[in-house]
Amino acid sequence: MKSDRYFGLFIVVVALAFIASATQIQTSFLADPVGPKTFPFILGMVLAVCGLYVALRPDEEQMRVQSIGKVAFAAAVLVGYAYSLRPGGFLIPTAIASGLISYQISPRVVPALITGLALSVGLFLLFKFALGLGLFAWPRAWFG
Amino acid sequence: METLAFLAQGFAVALTPKILMLAVAGCIIGTVVGALPGLGPTNGVAILIPLSFSFGLNATEALVLMTSVYYGAMYGGRISSILLNIPGDEPALMTTLDGYPMAKAGRAGDALVLSGVASFVGAMLATIGLIILAPVLARIAFLFGPAEYFALYLLAFATLGGMSSKNQAKAAIAACLGLGISMIGLDNSTGLPRFTFGNLHLMDGIDFLVAIVGLFAVTEVFVFIESHGRESAIGIKIAKLRIPVRDIMRSGVTMLRASLIGFVAGVLPGAGASLGSFLAYMGEKAMVRDNSKFGHGDPRGVAAPEAGNNAAAGGALVPMLTLGVPGSGTTAVLLALLVTLNITPGPLLFQERPEVVWGLIAALLIANVVLLILNVPMVRIFVLLLSVPPWVLLPGVTMIAFVGIFSLSGSSFDLLLMIAFGVMGFFLRKLDVPAVPIILGILLGNEMEDSLRRAMVISSGDWRFLFSSGIAIGLWSAAVIGFCAPMFLRRLLKRPQALTD
Repeated sequence: MKSDRYFGLFIVVVALAFIASATQIQTSFLADPVGPKTFPFILGMVLAVCGLYVALRPDEEQMRVQSIGKVAFAAAVLVGYAYSLRPGGFLIPTAIASGLISYQISPRVVPALITGLALSVGLFLLFKFALGLGLFAWPRAWFG
Repeated sequence: METLAFLAQGFAVALTPKILMLAVAGCIIGTVVGALPGLGPTNGVAILIPLSFSFGLNATEALVLMTSVYYGAMYGGRISSILLNIPGDEPALMTTLDGYPMAKAGRAGDALVLSGVASFVGAMLATIGLIILAPVLARIAFLFGPAEYFALYLLAFATLGGMSSKNQAKAAIAACLGLGISMIGLDNSTGLPRFTFGNLHLMDGIDFLVAIVGLFAVTEVFVFIESHGRESAIGIKIAKLRIPVRDIMRSGVTMLRASLIGFVAGVLPGAGASLGSFLAYMGEKAMVRDNSKFGHGDPRGVAAPEAGNNAAAGGALVPMLTLGVPGSGTTAVLLALLVTLNITPGPLLFQERPEVVWGLIAALLIANVVLLILNVPMVRIFVLLLSVPPWVLLPGVTMIAFVGIFSLSGSSFDLLLMIAFGVMGFFLRKLDVPAVPIILGILLGNEMEDSLRRAMVISSGDWRFLFSSGIAIGLWSAAVIGFCAPMFLRRLLKRPQALTD
C-alpha cells in the first residue's frame, strides 16, 4: 500500500479528533455570531476532506526512510539534552549531545570527540562573553 | 518628494554606528548562512530570531539585522551552487544550471563576480521598487476591512499551496495543521481556553518561534542524519578574480528583465524567491535570441536567476510590510519577528512607526552595497567556509537552535515541543508535505479567525458580507485561480515531458 494512503487516513483521524475536541470548547455568554467553535469546525472539515483526497488519490512515490533508527536515536539524544540543560549547566550536556550528533553524521570517534568539546567550549565563550547570554557553565549542584 | 523626505529620515535612523554594525554583521552572517549547503535563509533567520531577543535589540535594530541576514543569504546561496553544484539554499537551485558548467570551464571567478553583480542589480532594483510600491499599497490597504483581510489571508494560503507545492491537497493539509495549531490557547474574544487539555503550558498557545526553529533547523538535522550526509568538499578552485566586463555588459538587459520578473513574483503573496529565480531563468531562456548555450555555461543563465531571486527577496517584503501577509517562507519568519516585537505590520505601520519602515529601507540600501563588497572582492573568504564539514556544522546548528529557544523561555517544555516539531517536520518532508504553510497557518491563524468573526459581527451573522465589496470578490477569485490554475497548467506542462521521456 502506498505511504500516502496511510498518511491520508492518519490526517482524517486527526481531523475527526480535532472536530471532536472542538465540540468541547466552552462558549461564553458574550459570544459573537460566529463564536469560538465555528472556525475550528471549518478547519477540521477541510482537513478531513483533504486527508480523504490524499488517501484516495495518493502520489505515486513511496515514502523512503533509510535509517529510522538513527533519527530516533538523534531525537532521543536531543530530548535528553533538553532535560539536562537546566540542571546540568551548559558545557557537559552540550559536549555530549553535539559529540553524539557528530558521530551520527560521520561515524569516527576522535573527530566526534573533538567536535563535541570544541563546540561546547566555543559556543559557550561566544554566547556568554561575546553575546552576553546568561548561561551556567557547570551543574548547579556542584556549587550548592 | 514626500518619499524622498521619508528616505532622508530613514538614513538618519540607519546611519548610526550601532545600526551600521548590525547591518554589516547581518550581511556577513547571511552570506555564510546562504553559502553553507543545508542552511537556507529561512533556517538562518529562524535560528537567529530567538538570539536577537536575548541581546535586547529594539525593533529597528532587530529588523535591520534580520533583513540583512535575509538579503545576505540570497547572495551567499550562489557560491556553493557555482563551485560545488549543490545549491546553498533553495532559491539558488537555478544558478547551478549554468554556474557549475561555467566553473568547470575554468571560469569560476567570472561566474562568481557576474552573479554577485547580478544579485546587486536585482536587490537594488527591488529595494527601489519597494520604496515606490509600498507606500501606494499601504494607502490601498486602508480600504481593507475584516472581510477583505479574511479573503487576503485565504489568497496567501491559496497561492502558496497552488504554486509552490507539487500536490495541492498536501499544501492544504499543511495550512490546516498550522491553523489548527494556532487555535491552541486562550480564545482571543472570549478568553476561554481551546485545545489546551488542561495543560498550563498550552494556555499561552504555542510560540511560533518554537515551531519555526523546530520545523526548519531541527528537521534539517534529522534529514541530514538520515540521508547519511554527503561530504561537502571544494570541487573547483578559483584561479584568478577579475571583473568580466564583457559578460556583465552583455547580460545587462538580462539582469533588468530578470529583476522585474523576480520582483513581481516576490510581491505575489506566497510565491517567494525560489519561484522568482525559476521564472526569471525560464523567462530569459525564452526571450533571448540564441539560447543554445543555456545549461552549458551561458553567463546570462547565471545572471538571470541571481537577479531574479534577489529581486524576489525584496519584492516579498512589500506585502509583508504593507498588509502583514508574507510573500515567502523567510518573510513569514520575519513577520514572526515583527509580531514578537509588538509591531503590527500593515498600513498603519507606515503612519505610526515611519522610523521603523524607512530606517529598514535605508538599511537595506546600505546592506546591499556592503554585500556587493563582501561578495565580489572578498568572496574567497566565504569560499573557504565551504570546507567546514557537515559533522561540525550540523551539531553546531542544533546547539545554537537549542540555546536560542532556551534563552527565550528557560523551560524544557519549549525545547521538547521544538524537538516534536522537528520530528513532525522530518516525516512531513519525507511525505512531500511543505512546511511553509504550517508556519503561515500558525502565524496568521488568530488574525484570520478574528477578521472572520469581526466581519460577522459587523454583518450580524450574514455570510454574504464576505463577498460584499469589489476588493473582496477580486481577492476571492484570485485565491481560487491561484489554487486551481496550477493543477491544469501542470497537466499541460507534463504532457510533452512524458512524450520525450
